[in-house]
Amino acid sequence: MAGIESRTDITFQNFASSVEIAWCPGCGNFGILRAIKRALVELQIAPHQVFFVSGIGQAGKTPHYLKCNLLNELHGRTLPAATAARIVNPGLTVIAEGGDGDGYGEGGNHFISVMVRNVKITYLVHNNQVYGLTKGQASPTSQKGFITKTTPQGAWEPLNPLALAIATNASFVARSYSADTEHLTKMIKMAIQHRGFALVDILQPCVTYNHVNTYQFYQSRVYKLDEDRNYDPTDRIGAFRKSLEWGDKIPIGLFYKVERPVFEDYVPVYPGEPLVKRPISAERIQQLLEEYI
Amino acid sequence: MSLDLNFMVGGEAGQGIQTVGFILGKTMVRGGLHVFADQDYESRIRGGHNFFRARVSEGQVGAQKEQLDILIAMNEETVELHRNEVKENGLIIGDKSVLKLKSGDSRFLELPMESLAMQTTGNKIVSNSVAVGATFGLLDYDFQILDNVLRWHFSKSSPKIQEDNVNAARAGFEYAKMHRPSGFNLKCSPVGIGRRMFLTGHEAVSLGAIAAGCQFLAAYPMTPTTPVLELLAEKGRSYDIAVIQAEDEISAINMVVGAAFAGVRAMTATSGSGFALMVEGIGLAGITETPAVIVLGQRPGPAVGLPTRTEQGELLMAIRVGTGEFPRAVLAPATVEDAFFMTVKAFNLAEQYQIPVIILTDTHLANSYNDVDKFDLRKVKIDRGELLSTEEVGRITDYRRHLVTRSGVSPRAIPGMSTTLVITDSDEHDEYGHLTESAVIRTEQVKKRLKKYDGLKSEIENPRYQTRPDAELTLIGWGSTFGAIREAALELEKAGVACNVLHLNQVWPFPVAEVVGALNHKGKKVVIESNATGQLAYLIQAETGQKIDYQINKWDGRPISPQYILNALKKGVI
Repeated sequence: MAGIESRTDITFQNFASSVEIAWCPGCGNFGILRAIKRALVELQIAPHQVFFVSGIGQAGKTPHYLKCNLLNELHGRTLPAATAARIVNPGLTVIAEGGDGDGYGEGGNHFISVMVRNVKITYLVHNNQVYGLTKGQASPTSQKGFITKTTPQGAWEPLNPLALAIATNASFVARSYSADTEHLTKMIKMAIQHRGFALVDILQPCVTYNHVNTYQFYQSRVYKLDEDRNYDPTDRIGAFRKSLEWGDKIPIGLFYKVERPVFEDYVPVYPGEPLVKRPISAERIQQLLEEYI
Repeated sequence: MSLDLNFMVGGEAGQGIQTVGFILGKTMVRGGLHVFADQDYESRIRGGHNFFRARVSEGQVGAQKEQLDILIAMNEETVELHRNEVKENGLIIGDKSVLKLKSGDSRFLELPMESLAMQTTGNKIVSNSVAVGATFGLLDYDFQILDNVLRWHFSKSSPKIQEDNVNAARAGFEYAKMHRPSGFNLKCSPVGIGRRMFLTGHEAVSLGAIAAGCQFLAAYPMTPTTPVLELLAEKGRSYDIAVIQAEDEISAINMVVGAAFAGVRAMTATSGSGFALMVEGIGLAGITETPAVIVLGQRPGPAVGLPTRTEQGELLMAIRVGTGEFPRAVLAPATVEDAFFMTVKAFNLAEQYQIPVIILTDTHLANSYNDVDKFDLRKVKIDRGELLSTEEVGRITDYRRHLVTRSGVSPRAIPGMSTTLVITDSDEHDEYGHLTESAVIRTEQVKKRLKKYDGLKSEIENPRYQTRPDAELTLIGWGSTFGAIREAALELEKAGVACNVLHLNQVWPFPVAEVVGALNHKGKKVVIESNATGQLAYLIQAETGQKIDYQINKWDGRPISPQYILNALKKGVI
């Protein structure tokens, strides 16, 4: 952030945390953690310049396993807090992180609103299509027919987060895959560099509770949009059509991107010195009190 | 007899009732008089019945009176509903249409509002100013003050609008002087140049927030706190306040926590149902030890209840809010002045103790106007508690956001202001802010947070009361009922009843010792509340073991008046 010079290069060592990791062996989260660190190192963003707001669920634990400022929020409430932090201190790289249940279920209203507002926040959603922390119930993105203890008849229709994002004209909509660190790192970097709200929906196998959407399932299906020269991520209708593609072939990459004004610029007091650095005093309201006399 | 003038402006929503009432009140205050004014309206934009009621006096007043001297009726319904409140020597002012109901009643003054407006200005829109002018003409008040107030009020409108309003008012003024009914003898003169502020409780809360250095407000519109959101949205632009209309109250409280954790003073404002949605977020402020200020403007519940009316039904909800156990403070301003200074105090307590602080108001305080001395800004001290400067943070090598300390308060660093990392969690966490399942750490952190009550208790100012060992009667209340209770006590005193008042405006932590002290006499203890179950009465008995002899409750959504209290006492106590 402005004013604090980083004299040495930022390396992986800067993000090494001593907090014990509480994920299952083989969890897709490991790949995501690795990609986040790599993206921050490649962008040379120091830990103190990053502000993570994470939710509840296995995904919400991720920022504890690296070095950063962190507000580990309530279930589903990452985006309001991230919005506020961004407005009062634009010097921070604000990243919200949570799972599909957290962001697309519990936090659905915030998800829609933040995309419409277009606040500069990177939003990483670990989408494993199941509730991990509460031991295997259906999530908003569970595949139709997915049998769990709460859906013995099989899950009903899944939510399509990318289609929803494009419908709200979210300014950056991407999908990646946790096992492809290279691709995921690239998507996270692009998201952080994007001026506006950036969604990265991350397909993430849950080795314990999701025996449908496994590594094998994705390995044979995912393909990269950026390898298709004809794909135009600025075409909203085309992006919407692409977001509906899910089956034998599952696209990953940047689906949609649009440059549009950010919410911060619409907040009248935002330009100039960050709010957090402005002095406060009562004396200056003398004139305002006169208006009531 | 000293002046005690009561008037009411009534009509449909959309007829400008509030503006007429406000200008009448303001003109009295500018003439050195004291005014208390309350408003009553329905949950609709057009039609229905609304009124603005003002009481004018030479001394400070804090409650309305039920009997009226002047009723300005903008429609027939106003006459039907309120003619019985008009005194025998009082007056009902209205256009021809309302006089249909006259039928031998001598208390009417026909005021050709529209035709006077048309004759003098050619502008029908200013007919309300004819009524304002007529009221002052009847009272033989100084027109120049009204002239100034109208020009001031319409200063953002075109010069023609200003001129039309003044001319219409003058026409009404002259007309009423000439047509003064013989039975109407009231007069009212300015007693000096009024330099007092005239504002509502929620305007005072908003100004208090600005004075306290609030830099972030997120809220979802909800009566009666919407004016706080609107006023800060307008004024905030000049005072470094980011104001966001959130998608819901859950978002609002989480934005407040985000902004405060990121380092600024932050507030939200809502009513009962919105507050209910915020409950989890207030707990988040509790466990993450993040300062948060929440204005809870009560209205009658449950659920949507009576949206535009008043009640004190959420005292127990406010003091008990949240899952689990964590410290909080609840301030319940009793007057417009309280509303300003207690909002400042709320921001200080929130940061000094790193807790959520609730400002508990209600529709009656929120919307009622009163005149007050200009707020003395020398009395506003901004105390940010153990907030660390960048230099101070730099000297700490092993920073722990939730460090266990003797006071329970941990030094607070701001993310991104230094290389120090600031970490917190809605899960139970260790001193560093990382989540934990440890029984030892859990025990320690809960204890640490609750330890803050030791200091917090000493911050609570004494309730308003006099030491009266001889009191036959103590009238007890909290929040917006203060004006009515005080006046009822004065009336009783005049009637020879030794009467004490105990009024609380800081309800949590509960001032146990002070309440015990104030009630330590043999007289009867009566708790008066705008609710059905007597929440303060319950709290006093639970916290102090003192027995309450009698309760006066009112839950019809309308404010308690001094007369209501006196009538209730006559039935059951004295």
